[in-house]
Amino acid sequence: MRKWILAVMPLMIGALAASAQVKKPAREKPVPAKQSTGGGAAQIVRGKALYKQYCISCHQENGTGVPRMNPPLVKTEYVLGDKTRLIGILLKGLNEDVEINGDYFTNPMPSQAALKDQEIADILSYVRNSFGNKASTVSAAEVTAVRATIK
Amino acid sequence: MLMQKTKVCLIVAMAMTAITSSVFAGGPGKPGATDVKPDANNAGLKLPAGFGALKAADSLGRTRHISVTSNGGVYVKLDRAKNNNGILYLQDTNGDGKIDKKTSFGGYGGTGIYVKGDYLYATSNEDIYRYKLDAQQQVIDPEHPELVVTGLINRRQHESKSIVLDDNGNIYVNIGAYSNSCQTQDRTAGSMGMQPCPILDSAAGIWQFKANKLNQTYGDGVRYATGLRNVVGLDWNKSLNQLFVMQHGRDQLHDLFPSLYTEKQSADLPAECMYALKQGSDCGWPYIYYDQNQHKKMLAPEYGGDGKKTGGENAEDPVVAFPGHMAPNGLLFYTGTQFPEKYRNGAFVAFHGSWNRSPENQAGFFVVFVPFKDGKPAGKWEVFADGFAGPGPVKSPGDAQHRPCGLAQGPDGSLYVTDDVKGTVYRIVYKTK
Ligand code: HEC
Repeated sequence: MRKWILAVMPLMIGALAASAQVKKPAREKPVPAKQSTGGGAAQIVRGKALYKQYCISCHQENGTGVPRMNPPLVKTEYVLGDKTRLIGILLKGLNEDVEINGDYFTNPMPSQAALKDQEIADILSYVRNSFGNKASTVSAAEVTAVRATIK
Repeated sequence: MLMQKTKVCLIVAMAMTAITSSVFAGGPGKPGATDVKPDANNAGLKLPAGFGALKAADSLGRTRHISVTSNGGVYVKLDRAKNNNGILYLQDTNGDGKIDKKTSFGGYGGTGIYVKGDYLYATSNEDIYRYKLDAQQQVIDPEHPELVVTGLINRRQHESKSIVLDDNGNIYVNIGAYSNSCQTQDRTAGSMGMQPCPILDSAAGIWQFKANKLNQTYGDGVRYATGLRNVVGLDWNKSLNQLFVMQHGRDQLHDLFPSLYTEKQSADLPAECMYALKQGSDCGWPYIYYDQNQHKKMLAPEYGGDGKKTGGENAEDPVVAFPGHMAPNGLLFYTGTQFPEKYRNGAFVAFHGSWNRSPENQAGFFVVFVPFKDGKPAGKWEVFADGFAGPGPVKSPGDAQHRPCGLAQGPDGSLYVTDDVKGTVYRIVYKTK
């Protein structure tokens, strides 16, 4: 009996995987994509270009950062966590000893406040949906709201 | 009486031979030669003909600078203390070249480590400590170092304190600039430079302190050289009796001034410079940088430069100018006799490898050699040891399997190289047989 199951198991898994591919599981979609300006996909495309211009030197093309100097943007609690805090880091910058993915980094993160709210929203939407990250996009309105709290 | 004296002398002599031969049994080897066998694949390194390499040790943590004693013991500084241990003492007790005994102490992370006379000196990112050594060059009391210098500036950026000593009881320490180019807003596009740059008073230079005076701080030291953004590799050149340093040049010319510098220019500029210092030397940071293609000191864009205007008439000229961003972390003037004549008194430089050359591939991750004759470079620099990063091109520094950091010379003339990714200690030997 057990032998039979073991022998058939790979076949069953294969069949499941194949049907999953055809069906496309609904839960894969980023949650509020529809709400954001210009739609999630368009935002992410624009965000990629902006990331290349403003973030790539330090955080690198693949988001892995630079050992000891610039932190990764891969599944960190800052990238995936509270959006207000994340937007705040971009608007204010960051230059203190904080632990990021179990390590510390010594460069300063310069404020990106010169970027427009929409640009910051696009960059963060890209970051939150790249490098293995999967999280909701960020809207310009969310950035505007956080900017209003910073003098 | 006479008989007895001779006998005693003989016994002492015999005992001495026994001690020395047991201490020198293998590891350190005879000056000018080595019995140590390289690894079959030369530890993955590409070296000039006749050279071989082995991994003396591996997986040690983030090994930064290294110092080898006259009997072959190896001290290594860890970037971060592991289980409250930031210094490793490594021994090769059977002489096969492989480290087979390891002890650790020193509950602080850092970069600098240097053995001189009867002391081991080591640094955190704020302080310099020393430990008295016994006749075997082993630390007597690892738990109670003496505090030589304290309170050096550490504002995160360029925090490491590299050290070297001269033959006159002075210690030289790098205090890096807590800034890229002294902009009002650090690393922010278009922000102009502060005039005068206030960082120069307490950082961005080499400070000199007394090696045997305790609890010194800024007021006790001398700002020996200034205008140095950040130095990690430095060495005292014994034949010239002079301090040489490797500066990490400024970053992000294109990011910060996109209308003045293309990405391509920014990937190669400015030069990583070797300077020969005298007391009072000013190397020009942040007002200028060195362009290795134009062979000129250029006004920094933060101070009105545009890639064409020169500046810093009174600033030192570099002794050697390497391509940009390769991050020279180790410097060593070779005084051994194991390597061929060409290498005598020349400089080895360990390049940690770049991070801000995008969209180009990153560069560096190798050890280069600069031949010297009569105290001056005698020919172009050449790559001496390559392959640390692994086989592929390095798109991002995180792709590099190993990154060279510290350099030291063993008593037999072997060259030691540390790697601060996997904690490998490489030993490079010349195959004399
Ligand atoms: C000059 C280099 C530099 C640039 C440019 C830069 N960062 Fe950073 N960033 C850093 C450093 C360094 C830190 C960590 C600072 C600290 O530890 O105090 C950081 C932290 C962060 C963090 C929080 C920590 C983490 O890793 O999750 C996020 C998110 C982030 N940066 C995103 C960005 C984005 C998006 C851009 C482009 C708009 C950008 N950064 C541009 C250097 C930089």
